[in-house]
Amino acid sequence: MAYFLQQLINGVALGMVYGLIAIGYSMVYGIIGMINFAHGEIYMIGAFVSLIAFTLLGMLGVSWAPLALVVVLLTAIAITSLYGWTVERIAYRPLRGSFRLAPLISAIGMSIFLQTYVQITQGAKIKTLQPVITGGFTFTDASGFTVTISWIQILIVLLTLVLMAGFTWVIAKTPLGRAQRACQQDLKMAALCGVDVDRTISLTFVIGAALAAVAGLMATLYYGVIDFFIGFLAGVKAFTAAVLGGIGSIPGAMLGGLVLGLAEAFWSGYFSIEYKDVAAFTILVIVLIFLPTGILGQPEIEKV
Amino acid sequence: MKTPILEVEHLTMRFGGLVAVDDLSFTAFKEDVTAIIGPNGAGKTTVFNCLTGFYRPTTGQLTFHGHFGPVLLERMDGFRVPRHGLARTFQNIRLFGGMSVLENLIVAQHNELMRASGYTLLGLFGAGVYRRAEAEAVERARFWLERLGLVDRADWPAASLPYGDQRKLEIARALCTGPRLLCLDEPAAGLNPRETAELGELLLELRDRHGIAVLLIEHDMSLVMRIADHIVVLDYGRKIADGPPERIKRDPLVIKAYLGETEEEELPPEVAADLAAAEGGS
Repeated sequence: MAYFLQQLINGVALGMVYGLIAIGYSMVYGIIGMINFAHGEIYMIGAFVSLIAFTLLGMLGVSWAPLALVVVLLTAIAITSLYGWTVERIAYRPLRGSFRLAPLISAIGMSIFLQTYVQITQGAKIKTLQPVITGGFTFTDASGFTVTISWIQILIVLLTLVLMAGFTWVIAKTPLGRAQRACQQDLKMAALCGVDVDRTISLTFVIGAALAAVAGLMATLYYGVIDFFIGFLAGVKAFTAAVLGGIGSIPGAMLGGLVLGLAEAFWSGYFSIEYKDVAAFTILVIVLIFLPTGILGQPEIEKV
Repeated sequence: MKTPILEVEHLTMRFGGLVAVDDLSFTAFKEDVTAIIGPNGAGKTTVFNCLTGFYRPTTGQLTFHGHFGPVLLERMDGFRVPRHGLARTFQNIRLFGGMSVLENLIVAQHNELMRASGYTLLGLFGAGVYRRAEAEAVERARFWLERLGLVDRADWPAASLPYGDQRKLEIARALCTGPRLLCLDEPAAGLNPRETAELGELLLELRDRHGIAVLLIEHDMSLVMRIADHIVVLDYGRKIADGPPERIKRDPLVIKAYLGETEEEELPPEVAADLAAAEGGS
């Protein structure tokens, strides 16, 4: 039982990280119908910005963890959002109205570019971060097995829940959110209602990048090691999560992330850690066979 | 003396070798319901698409006398068009089907709300300015919903409304953008006679009571002859007649365009019905 609980906790924390990245894929797909393959790299940049910011703060002598965390969080969000905005502006917007595959190819190019750029500027070696937050709660059950919930896991879950709540509220209640939903249904009609479609798309990329930056920060804290290549696997996993949950659906992205995180954690815990990725993708295949549009996805409606 | 609201001058729209609109000029006036009629494929919808930034006209000038004075529409981005006070609906209904009826109308007031919300940031913190603007937007939406008898359905998903109500909602959404000129593309298509009559009343009321000019593409001749002050007839992209309904009805070119060259030819049933209705309505 305790062992089960431990895997559950690990899985939820991992799932939240996947979910945050997956939202970026899902939102962009929902509005302009393209898969932003560079999104995993945006997450990786978020992780690097976090690491650099922590290092700088350490050099400046800021040692109080909560302050350092807030500063790093805001820095990572600001700089990563700028990357997200720039990628859309230079790699996707000029290709809008072009044939469907053009932005997709451009996205793959952008992904390779960003990876190489980080590899050259930051070096190819694995970077490590001294643990910023240590400790947690430990419980011991009757059989002597201990369950640990680390502070980082609690932080990941809380921060994600707060972000999700705020984000859901933005989508449901603000003019920006309404504009995004309108664009998702009919770009041209939204324009005729006075919605600046280009700006709405830009802001969608910015929000996606901001959420990926938070995921990058949390992954850096959680694992303590990053390199220029982490965006690839995280991106593929998060994309899987988005498809699993039903691409285009934001609650679906979060749910898909959780399912994927839990599947990985339980598979690693009960079977073999080497094959956890196989387990994750097997679930994807099974779900898509029975629910071709994902768990919460709507069947594609042909847009006019 | 009437005030012009829209001046179309030498509008030509070419798609490759096909000339969809050929050197079209006409003026719509602020005090009028102006109808554009013509057989299918005459280029009527193309004119609308040029007005609302969907197409860039090959040549020609489209002057619209909007909220901020005269502007040229032919080079304007689509999303700026409604700001100047021009709204349109589509032949095939294009509602935001997944959003509620009320939300459809709120989106149409996006500009004002976006400004009032300080581009979302103030809205996030629930600033008073934004809450007031939102209340006004809801009020305006409620006004048109009540006028069109849709107020009970404000929370329904737009896609679940019956067809006639979807048509009405599309008009309400266009009205919520605060237009000076409302362009309607076949608003009576698929409506039953009672709904069509109500639509006619509404358009006259817009003209008389709200000072909103109407530009109308319509195949229902009885409706057009009853409410239009001014009719422009297109055939194969060219203007073949332009004037008040009484004159259009007797124009030989118009009769030929609608009935075809040879007298012996069997009329398609819908044309015959339209003609009969037009006679009855006059």
